[in-house]
Amino acid sequence: MQARFRYVCGCVTERNGNRVERKDVTITVKDLYLSYNAKEVIHGISFEIYRNEIFSIIGPAQSGKTSLLRCLNRTIEFTSGTSVRGTVMVDGQNVRTMKNVFDLRRKIGMVAPLPVGLPISIYDNVAFAPRCSGLTNKSDLDGIVEKCLRQAALWDEVKDRLHSLGTAISGGQQQRLTIARALSHQPDILCLDEFSIAIDPVTTMRIEDVLIELKNEMTIILVTNLTHQAKRLGSRTMFLYNGNLIELDTNEVIFSEKPGKIETYDYINGLFG
Amino acid sequence: MSSNLTESTLTLPDAIPKRVKRVGRPRWAIIGEQALELLIRISGISAIVFVLAIFFFVFKEALPVLYSHNFSIKEFLFSTQWYPTSVSNVRYGTFALLVGSVTVTLLSMAIAVPFGLGAAIYISEFCGPRQKETLKIIIELLAAIPSVVWGFIGLTVISKLITTITGTAVGVNLLNGSIILALMSVPIIVSIGEDALKAVPDSFREAGMAMGTTRWQLILRVLLPAAKNGLLAAVLLGVGRAVGETMAVLMATGHSVKIPHGVFDSVRTLTANIAAELGEAAAGSPHYRVLFLTGILLFVITFIVNLTADFVIRGIKRK
Repeated sequence: MQARFRYVCGCVTERNGNRVERKDVTITVKDLYLSYNAKEVIHGISFEIYRNEIFSIIGPAQSGKTSLLRCLNRTIEFTSGTSVRGTVMVDGQNVRTMKNVFDLRRKIGMVAPLPVGLPISIYDNVAFAPRCSGLTNKSDLDGIVEKCLRQAALWDEVKDRLHSLGTAISGGQQQRLTIARALSHQPDILCLDEFSIAIDPVTTMRIEDVLIELKNEMTIILVTNLTHQAKRLGSRTMFLYNGNLIELDTNEVIFSEKPGKIETYDYINGLFG
Repeated sequence: MSSNLTESTLTLPDAIPKRVKRVGRPRWAIIGEQALELLIRISGISAIVFVLAIFFFVFKEALPVLYSHNFSIKEFLFSTQWYPTSVSNVRYGTFALLVGSVTVTLLSMAIAVPFGLGAAIYISEFCGPRQKETLKIIIELLAAIPSVVWGFIGLTVISKLITTITGTAVGVNLLNGSIILALMSVPIIVSIGEDALKAVPDSFREAGMAMGTTRWQLILRVLLPAAKNGLLAAVLLGVGRAVGETMAVLMATGHSVKIPHGVFDSVRTLTANIAAELGEAAAGSPHYRVLFLTGILLFVITFIVNLTADFVIRGIKRK
């Protein structure tokens, strides 16, 4: 428990010889409980995410990672029978009481684990969000589409067929299309939920490079089953298990020989049971 | 939750099912499957056989008239004079009937498509589960009303409404028939359209909403493109119903053979004409055969409608 409160916003701490700078908090989750039809799946977790960091969430299936992300942009509301308790603050605003939920969702780019290419052209897929916020200028849209597709490492593969259907490309390409789409509205926060699940390792590395660049512009939340990916990319990692926060610390601690909890060590090193 | 470095609390599920032994399929199951397959094959082929048989008999009844001396195909298609029972001046011109069918269909679709698709979108996207069930039951009930009842409503209720509101002399006219047809097609458009929208995966909705779209943007930019084939099918089934409908238009349109100059003119449709006259025409007479030829004309119309729909869908797909 102590590890979590080691960084209090605004103070400077020494840890393992690394100087930890003052951090801006962009997301604050406090005592978050989530139930699906009276079955509680997240049991009161609290954490903070700092601006411009890559924050990884690891944990086995059913540990509430995706549900947690869905609480952030309130897409959890689309599933009937869910009830959320606790507070989620994004940029100082409580998302539960927020009136303009559309602005919140535009602020958070979300990449779902299963690729969802909308049944419109590749170009329209990426231009979707800018168009919805009222951008109609063709050259601006072209620029955004190209930039986002390049960032998602998809441009070279689809630049000659931007007007074919977004559902007609392969699963891995669709996955990258969703990344491009999530980037298209220039979010402040980018949530990647298992983004590399259908992408080959080489392309994954290319996207990871992009993510490291993007870190300067936005906060990235990375849900991943690949603990090595969390280790490579993230600055801090949170380990969730069965809806409980087991440990949250910097990567140096989490992926060291002696993390705060033995469960973390066991999970990362595949020593279950 | 103090640091506990001695014992792990992570566990695996302990009951992993053992491998199930494979058993060969019994003989009766294999024979049964083949028999079932044969049955399904026969019912599939029967559809083709029936359609061909219908074609064959309609053509068989109609074709002899093409060779008779006082009939010309040009007159049949382009003349507005329909005097089948005249003693001295027999004329078989169906152009007015064709125009009647087309105008009634177009006008009824102009009324029914916005209502039908709007209702489908409302039921699928906006209303709550209880309201949804109620609305669907009511709409199915609407679809179950026999056409002669609709015709009766047109003849009495809507006809009276039209005369009192607009002051026109005759209430049974193009507008009346179109309203009745629209009322009949709306349930089909709604239920098929609602199915098409329901078939759009929720992940599309969620992906769209996660990008911060409003409900309308989501419907216009995601759901309608995703469901367009189904929605087009819904509209076309509505068109099919409107073109093929007989009894209601017979009662509601006024049944006079002329090219309408406005929505308050009475018209007669191809289908109503067949229904009204086939019973009186002597079997084998030119009149009787011309009515069958009108049936072929209807075939051609529906064929063209289906073909255009096919092309439209293909065009959408290629894009």
